[in-house]
Amino acid sequence: MSIRGKAFIAGVYEHPLREATGKTVPQLHAEVAKGALEDAGLTKDDIDAYYCAGDVPGLGPLNQAEYMGLNVTQFDSTEVGGSSYVAHVNHAAQAIAMGHCKVALITLAGRPRADAKENYRTRPGGGPPADYAFEAPFRPVVTNMYGMAAMRHMHEYGTTSEQLAWVKVAASHHAQYNEHAMLRNVVTVEDVLNSPMISDPLHRLDCCVMSDGGGAVIVVAPEIAAQLKRPTVKVLGAGEAIKHLNGGKVDLTYSGARWSGPKAFEEAGVTQADIKYASIYDSFTITVVETLEDLGFCAKGEGGKFVADGNLISGVGKLPFNTDGGGLCNNHPTDRGGITKVIEAVRQVRGEAHPKVQVPNCDIALAHGTGGLLGSRMGSATLILGGADA
Amino acid sequence: MSELNGMNRPSKVRAPRVNDETKGFWAATGDGKLLVKHCNSCGENHFYPRTFCPFCFSDDTEYLETAGRGTIYTYSVMRRTKEPWAIAYVTLDEGPTMMTNLIDCDFDKLEIGQAVKVAFIDTGEGTAVPFFAPA
Repeated sequence: MSIRGKAFIAGVYEHPLREATGKTVPQLHAEVAKGALEDAGLTKDDIDAYYCAGDVPGLGPLNQAEYMGLNVTQFDSTEVGGSSYVAHVNHAAQAIAMGHCKVALITLAGRPRADAKENYRTRPGGGPPADYAFEAPFRPVVTNMYGMAAMRHMHEYGTTSEQLAWVKVAASHHAQYNEHAMLRNVVTVEDVLNSPMISDPLHRLDCCVMSDGGGAVIVVAPEIAAQLKRPTVKVLGAGEAIKHLNGGKVDLTYSGARWSGPKAFEEAGVTQADIKYASIYDSFTITVVETLEDLGFCAKGEGGKFVADGNLISGVGKLPFNTDGGGLCNNHPTDRGGITKVIEAVRQVRGEAHPKVQVPNCDIALAHGTGGLLGSRMGSATLILGGADA
Repeated sequence: MSELNGMNRPSKVRAPRVNDETKGFWAATGDGKLLVKHCNSCGENHFYPRTFCPFCFSDDTEYLETAGRGTIYTYSVMRRTKEPWAIAYVTLDEGPTMMTNLIDCDFDKLEIGQAVKVAFIDTGEGTAVPFFAPA
């Protein structure tokens, strides 16, 4: 497999300005995107992948995808200075060769000369993203941004605080066996409901821990895997997506997993029924409920009922999740725990999770990460892993 | 009475950072007008305002003055602080949903679907920030 002949450059556009007074950085990115699309004879809605570097304001590609109204299921924000965009062509070609996307947009834009003249406060990334002035005055913080998603989910689907609490209860049942977990006490639904309200309707125990730490993952070629003594875990499929506020057509009852999940299942050639274990990003209890629905483990709106009564507890329920205790009890290193989701899924497939929480014959597992904010814009990534025979 | 009753109107708000793409929006706030962007190509309204329509990518967009009225799409009251505040999304009668704070209200009586109207708070620099209060 190589990219040779598998991908083509169809459109290009070079911005004519050398001093972009009167234009913003997000606007310049949109202008070059529009120019390249017109050159190619394609439209914005043809784009299913977006590549950008540090000149885009905001969190990776999230804010700029929102600005341009892109709905993409492949992205990359590799930042290596001026070489970024050449690397992006390579990465886009790889993704296209693998069938992960069909139309990839790569942009670079900025206005250092205009900034200097207009005395804008400049910084790497071209200042704040376009959404900043319309959100910062209202003090969005992590807890109230997830709180708003939970409030709406409760309103539309009747999800209850008791149901959300079951997510934490399940995590705590697992954490008791993890000697490194920050919170090892098993808690009850009542404990969660009696913990202080942080931001409606999320209680303290609906929120993940804040921790230091980290993790690492090594991915190898099949011939390397075959030479190693440790049990290796096969990557079966993956999907990714960006979800944002969509120009004001806001719906906080679902996450980007709605798009990343189906792509991962399709590539892996498995269904929800095949998943023996799931690592689900658990920044908050509501994150898990919405993600499980979006990944298709239950119908939309049924997530509350699905997680209740211990259904996520290993050895008790139908879908053991976060057997390390997850972000809710174990750790959430540097406020982003995605890698720990992969690590515990690997332990499960290797059969090396704690014996009290190890899922028997765990031949297929899923790991899902959520980044950014459920209440505005987020990146979603789903990974399906399997054992040697999967 | 809830401990959250009373003054939940911020006494001071910082002036937003205005740029070339949004100065029209912020200038209107100084006159008490809440604008959204309207696309002359596809007819959709969008928020936050940008040059390009995020639905059809046309740059034939212009400001549309709203009535400043809408309903609460969702909200969340930050409780673990000395001065709680209510962040919310409000769906305007003209279509787009926007982030705001709910003020001049009893935080314990807020409801999704409740009618609200814009309540600008002046920044002292010729602009005002669009908060919302019960209609």
